Amino acid sequence: MNTADNVVEMRSISKAFNGVPVLKDVGFDVRKGEVHALAGGNGAGKSTLMKILQGVYQTDAGEILIGGKPAAINSIQDAKSAGIGMVFQEFSLVPSLSVAQNIFLGAEPLGRGGLIDDRAAVRRAKEVFAEMEVDVDAGAQVSRLGTAYWQLTEIAKALAQNAQVLIMDEPTASLARHESEALFELIDRLKQRGISIIYISHRMDEVYRLADRITILRDGRHLFTEPLTEVTPEQIVEGIVGKKVEGQLSYRARNDVATDVEPLLEVRGLNAGQRVRDVSFALRPGEILGLAGLMGSGRTELARALFGIDKLDSGQVLIRGRKVTLASPQQAINAGIALVPEDRRAQGLVLEHSVQDNLLLPLLKQIQRGPLLDGAKGNELSASLIKRFAVKVAHPHRPVRLLSGGNQQKVVIAKWLGTDPDILILDEPTAGVDIGTKSEILDMIRELASDGKAIIVISSEYPELLAVSDRVLVLKDGSIIRDIPRSDIADEEYLQLAVQGV
Amino acid sequence: MSKTNTIAPRDTGAPRNVGTILKDLDWRRYVIYIGFVVVFLIFAVLLRDQGFLSPNNLLNIFRQTATITVIAVGMTYVIACAEIDLSVGSVAGLSSVCTAMALSQWGLVPGILAGLAVGLVVGSVNGALVSLLGIPSFLVTLGMLGIAVGVAQWITASAPQPILNDTFNTVFGSGNFGPIPGLVVWSGIFVAIGAVVLNRTKFGRQVLATGGNRNASEFTGINTKRIKFQVLLISGMVASVAGMLYAGRLQSGRFQWGAGDELSAIAAVILGGTSLFGGFGSIIGTLFGALLIGLINNGLILAGLDSSQQQVVRGAIIILAVALARKK
Repeated sequence: MNTADNVVEMRSISKAFNGVPVLKDVGFDVRKGEVHALAGGNGAGKSTLMKILQGVYQTDAGEILIGGKPAAINSIQDAKSAGIGMVFQEFSLVPSLSVAQNIFLGAEPLGRGGLIDDRAAVRRAKEVFAEMEVDVDAGAQVSRLGTAYWQLTEIAKALAQNAQVLIMDEPTASLARHESEALFELIDRLKQRGISIIYISHRMDEVYRLADRITILRDGRHLFTEPLTEVTPEQIVEGIVGKKVEGQLSYRARNDVATDVEPLLEVRGLNAGQRVRDVSFALRPGEILGLAGLMGSGRTELARALFGIDKLDSGQVLIRGRKVTLASPQQAINAGIALVPEDRRAQGLVLEHSVQDNLLLPLLKQIQRGPLLDGAKGNELSASLIKRFAVKVAHPHRPVRLLSGGNQQKVVIAKWLGTDPDILILDEPTAGVDIGTKSEILDMIRELASDGKAIIVISSEYPELLAVSDRVLVLKDGSIIRDIPRSDIADEEYLQLAVQGV
Repeated sequence: MSKTNTIAPRDTGAPRNVGTILKDLDWRRYVIYIGFVVVFLIFAVLLRDQGFLSPNNLLNIFRQTATITVIAVGMTYVIACAEIDLSVGSVAGLSSVCTAMALSQWGLVPGILAGLAVGLVVGSVNGALVSLLGIPSFLVTLGMLGIAVGVAQWITASAPQPILNDTFNTVFGSGNFGPIPGLVVWSGIFVAIGAVVLNRTKFGRQVLATGGNRNASEFTGINTKRIKFQVLLISGMVASVAGMLYAGRLQSGRFQWGAGDELSAIAAVILGGTSLFGGFGSIIGTLFGALLIGLINNGLILAGLDSSQQQVVRGAIIILAVALARKK
């Protein structure tokens, strides 16, 4: 292979933090106009490698070649001038500024007199969007737009800076299916224009849909780089996980849910805001109910309403046949409901606080002795939760932000199960979680249901929904349009069609 | 230490044997103690001939910082909860005035109750406006700063209100408990209660959680509005006690007492390692922050600097200390 084809070549990259090696002699290259998938479990070194390419970290050893020539990338600015653009996983836009202002942030077009020319910015932003063949209002304030548009703005921002290589980290994580499809088409067009894309994703279907080659990292080492035509999904998963995983996403029949028992949770004619409309359903102990629907179909809003975060406009909620008031999360918790929220970083955890403090936050009552908290009891309780949920943690007193996404999610689940809820609602429980932890979490969910808890799982990933749900409710525009037992769902496609309302 | 995660470039805090403190302190919070010792040693050497180390002078430092310490204990809760209370200095002034007036009219107990009532009312109003109406605490308490001092000046027609009740003066600041000045005992009590409540109670934990991530705390069933209300109420109440300590020590109520104390208290809290963005708070750190400020004031006076020079040096030292505490 001729190295001149490589827009980016990283050779023998090594990096250690505090003496702990994170990357060991890793090689990685990207060809012009290629979509190169980068995969690996949490802690495999993907993010570190990409941060080195972006100039956030500097490599300890090895070199980076841009367009065949050695390049010193010592800062984010260096990376930008070298044509490396990043589409951030957690979006990096200023919500109060307009789309155009964000695109040209730090490189504002100047008019006469050296003042910023906002109209020129809008004009040029329109040109960029026209090239991308997408329709975005360049003058709109970013905070008023949906996530999909944020992402398009991010991409436009990178392109406006003449990026030749775009790094996309789980770009579909917050997109609905049709939005993802639009993104894929955009990626195809960018590819044709000779722009290379480094695509980090856990989603196998996307990798096969988009990527030309895939590189797998494991434990900081380069495992293999192969064209996707020559590698099977099983090989990829095995490469990421390090052991053969079989059928971990397939449905496992558990003991049939007793249909003759009284429902644990019964919702009658619930209305809340714009996105929960006349929702009624019943949930029996031991049952796992999947909620499917597109972005904005009201899944999350239903969960928020049941957890007392959003106000109920009308309707009734009954737990074990008794009417309950759910005007605050405190009331919901007392009624035996727990919610593992959609956004674990913003809603689930106090990131700067320790793992233990996060675990104990809903459980402070349990460790109270008189007016004071019992430190020893707290240590004990958190240690038992960490053990029970196999959270990989260096020390329970270290900040939870240092954990990988999967372990953070386990902390959120563990903190709620410490309250021993009867009804557990999980909103996107495996988003941004590596495959190994994902199957652990799904097992956990099945186990909890077998213990007699009633569980609601919200997920945008159909295989995951199909893997755990006993029954799937399909929501559209805030209403339930289908209620399908798992046994009636033949495959993913069936569910997809149901969600699309076909 | 076994490392199971690899994304820890920013973290340097090795786990300690944590029996007493549940919270993992990071090393930046120790800067205040190091700074305190360093400044103390420098003064001890440079100012040994000016009597810096004499027991009397050292007690003086405690005595002079007592009211700031008390106010700063309340302020620690507010800042740890990611709010701010700028009204504390004027609340202290208003409380001193109301105590003095009620005392001369109706006697000891009504006097004390009047002082506490100031804190109760102002703290509740601050808390209600912030938590119920969602107005930023910076603005609410900035407004309240003006209102409280204005009311104090108004009802007294700017005149000092002498306090002739010896019991009050003895208990609130002028008297001693054995060899220990009463003011030192007061600040000791506030620091002790403040530290235990913040570190060892459910309420303290909920304050830190609300300050660290309000959204997540809300999702965890914490009534964050109530917590915000409570910290501002506590701050107001504590400031009103500080006002009575001024009144007792100076044997009068005046609207000027406590003027500018909000800034000293905020400085003490931040120097003590409490995060200005909320989520972390250390009462013991706050105590040392206040003591460091007192130490600097005292040393600079002994060194013979005039008050304008003192202000410059004090400002520079505070900036330096905060800068060191932030450096990673």
